Amino acid sequence: MTQELPVVQSSRREVSAPIAFEHKLAQHNLTLRAAGVETLQVNVGKLCNQVCKHCHVDAGPKRTEVMTGETAEQVLTALRRFRIPVLDITGGAPELNPSFRHLVAEARAVGARVMVRHNLTVMFEPGQEDLPEFFREHGVEVVSSLPYFLEQQTDAQRGHGVFEKSIAALRRLNAVGYGVGDGLILNLVYNPVGAFLPPAQSLIETDFKRELLARHGVTFDHLYTITNMPIRRFLDYLRRSGNEERYMQKLVAAFNPGTVAGLMCRTLVSVDWTGRLYDCDFNQMLDLGIDSSLPQTIADFDPALFAVRPIITGAHCFGCTAGAGSSCGGAVA
Amino acid sequence: MAYYEEEHLGHFADMGQHRPDLFQKFMAWYQACQEDGALSRREKALIGLAVAHVIQCPYCIDAYSQSCLESGSNMEQMTEAIHMASAIRGGAALIHGLQAHQSVNKVSM
Ligand code: SF4
Ligand code: SF4
Repeated sequence: MTQELPVVQSSRREVSAPIAFEHKLAQHNLTLRAAGVETLQVNVGKLCNQVCKHCHVDAGPKRTEVMTGETAEQVLTALRRFRIPVLDITGGAPELNPSFRHLVAEARAVGARVMVRHNLTVMFEPGQEDLPEFFREHGVEVVSSLPYFLEQQTDAQRGHGVFEKSIAALRRLNAVGYGVGDGLILNLVYNPVGAFLPPAQSLIETDFKRELLARHGVTFDHLYTITNMPIRRFLDYLRRSGNEERYMQKLVAAFNPGTVAGLMCRTLVSVDWTGRLYDCDFNQMLDLGIDSSLPQTIADFDPALFAVRPIITGAHCFGCTAGAGSSCGGAVA
Repeated sequence: MAYYEEEHLGHFADMGQHRPDLFQKFMAWYQACQEDGALSRREKALIGLAVAHVIQCPYCIDAYSQSCLESGSNMEQMTEAIHMASAIRGGAALIHGLQAHQSVNKVSM
């Protein structure tokens, strides 16, 4: 039975663009619908040990929104019942959620591929020291943000001292076998430190590999480039710095119709800390719920109903279609 | 009327309002120059940034600063390119000192 929840429409937090996203799609004879459900991306809460300047979640140490054990069980029930291939766990720092390890272990037990959006520094928080070993034990795929291979840019975005700690964390991950070619995957995420688009993924990956190895003896598997989305903290930055209009013009001018087929919302369903469903983590942060004709919570989730749903879009979607495109798995075109 | 308005950069195409044939020829050439070739886009963006400083065009400096960032260059690399351009410019000024020497020598005993 579908739980009745109010349908939340576009909010004042939404950025505006010179042209509506759906009009841009229409100009190219495109519509945006899902193409299946391969990934359940679960945001287990906004609690984080960092306060990054570009964070689209507005996460931080004072946030109290944390998924309960009961909701985590509903996620696991959906995974078991529908055999969804991938569980992508994000936050905040998801490791700070008390149900995190249970969620990982159980999802692996039912054969799901598990990815964790791991911010690196959280492994130095009390009680988290054994995270690399825990990841290895469960064959978790680790995806970690490192906006640049130099300290100045990284600390400018993620906070003073974050680069040094991140390098120490990468060394720990390498030491237990992550990112060294032994099958334990360690992927890094680049995002621009400011209001500009990412460079070509393969190019900057080569730079990261060369520089991190030469300067710090660190290795990893792949680098994903992700465009900064004009929502929440990054939107605040755009507004404060007088860059909002120019950034949106840049995103719209760089619209690439070739990215639309590969947009992550086409194969992903996003779950928030209360169990509510969205087309992606960005829509989640804007309270843009899933199509109102569909079940709204993970307790009522059914992939058959979600497989070809229309995607709810807004001006922020231009962040996913600019240039080579952007998704949680990096460039899409 | 203000000189050097920031918005002009985004309205460059307005130059095609008159003699669009010439503007289109220019744009085709200009864009072809930016593509990856024997030199990468990144190298070309750094050359663009260096030249922009020598010709001291604020529009080009703005545009090529962005191009450099978006092709993966950092401020250290961009600053080296600017110094390189400035050094050549400085050297070019300095070597004209020999013209001055010549001029002075010609009228000196
Ligand atoms: S970007 Fe990630 S690490 Fe940074 S504050 Fe947000 S959730 Fe935390
Ligand atoms: S923000 Fe991106 S992933 Fe989310 S709905 Fe828009 S295009 Fe899809």
